[in-house]
Amino acid sequence: MADKIFVATHKGLFELARQNGAWDIAGMEFLGSPVSSVLAEADGGIYAALDLGHFGAKLWRRDPKSRTWRELAAPVFSPKPEDAGDDPHPWSLGKIWTLEPGGVAGRLWAGTMPGGLFRSEDGGESWSLNEALWRMPERRQWMGVAGGEQPGINSVLVDPKNPSDIRIGVSTAGMWASSDDGASWRIINRGMYNEYMPPDQRENPIAQDIHRLARCAAHPNVVWCQHHNGVFRSENAGANWREITAIRPSKFGFAVAAHPRDAKTAWFVPAIKDEKRIPVDGKLVVARTRDGGQSFEVLTRGLPQRHAYDLVWRHALDIDASGEKLAFGSTSGGLWISENGGDSWTILDARLPPVLAVRFG
Amino acid sequence: MPTVTFTRALEQFLKAPPAEVEGATLGAALASVFASRPALRGYVLDDQGGLRRHVAVYVNGKPARDRVRLSDPVAPQDQIYVLQALTGG
Repeated sequence: MADKIFVATHKGLFELARQNGAWDIAGMEFLGSPVSSVLAEADGGIYAALDLGHFGAKLWRRDPKSRTWRELAAPVFSPKPEDAGDDPHPWSLGKIWTLEPGGVAGRLWAGTMPGGLFRSEDGGESWSLNEALWRMPERRQWMGVAGGEQPGINSVLVDPKNPSDIRIGVSTAGMWASSDDGASWRIINRGMYNEYMPPDQRENPIAQDIHRLARCAAHPNVVWCQHHNGVFRSENAGANWREITAIRPSKFGFAVAAHPRDAKTAWFVPAIKDEKRIPVDGKLVVARTRDGGQSFEVLTRGLPQRHAYDLVWRHALDIDASGEKLAFGSTSGGLWISENGGDSWTILDARLPPVLAVRFG
Repeated sequence: MPTVTFTRALEQFLKAPPAEVEGATLGAALASVFASRPALRGYVLDDQGGLRRHVAVYVNGKPARDRVRLSDPVAPQDQIYVLQALTGG
């Protein structure tokens, strides 16, 4: 089971270690700088994406042996051609929103704002923009994330059995798939609906506000989605979706975690939707289903049940490879860890900066 | 030769000492610095080569006018300052 947790916050990266049966902060890096994404690789290497307000998006890596941090080349968009003058989105890296292993030694994917997907084949030393996706005419229909002006790739799912099969979730542009290693892309999501769109656009796949996708590693055709206006589940890798209406206490939220082996188990952190974005009744809870979404347990042990206004962002909930350990962090700087599949939670003894992403390592 | 001075806020990420450089335009002067310090380029310029939105550049006390193509002329005695613009949080 994982014995490290990396917590990316608005003011730095925190490394948590499990020692003598308890979790504590074992290290800090980039204190004062927003860390938008973090990835712990199997070899012990750590990637941290910085989102510097003045100086742009940066990427750093900690070598597993020397344990020293070194800045890598950040992804860069290709020169904007003259005929792309009416593109509503900038051809310049806004932030690295998600980093994922590519399933092949040295390969990484970076999902970014304003919607570029980048790939590295050398452990993040160099990056190339996926031009097929970026130059697709439909990409100009992608909408900016609420509160921001740029669309963002929030999830990258690589088929564990076939690394050339890649699926991405976009805020806000639905789910796109490539079966040919990124050479071509198609929109795939059917069965979702978006309540805030005009009636004739509600079911348009490209209008779907996917907050986060999570895939069952052992059964990769099973994908869960926390959508802007509900929870959905797919059994064919995102092509068709069924709404899960049993979610409690609300259907809005950002984060989702899928059990690595049990295709019917997943976790969500519900909140009051959209206009408020706070826990229902000031009670922070985790919703867990173990039957594919037919029913949910509302998990509260160890979570604040009085005057809690913690929101959990889309990358701030993670599960380890055992399926037993979960951790999530909130906008109020709370960090909770469970070692029994969510039955009970322990709060980290710290008041962290707002948490943007959590990753087991 | 024009002198380029960088905000000390950059020091937490990388070295950016003042530099006397060749160049008749702001873009050429900055390019001279980046030729010897390539990692610095991405901190000052965006992917299309314009000034980052929250980076301010002053030439002899006046804000740079052409933030996209960096065509402002600079003379050998000119002082170029690269600063962070104010942002919150």
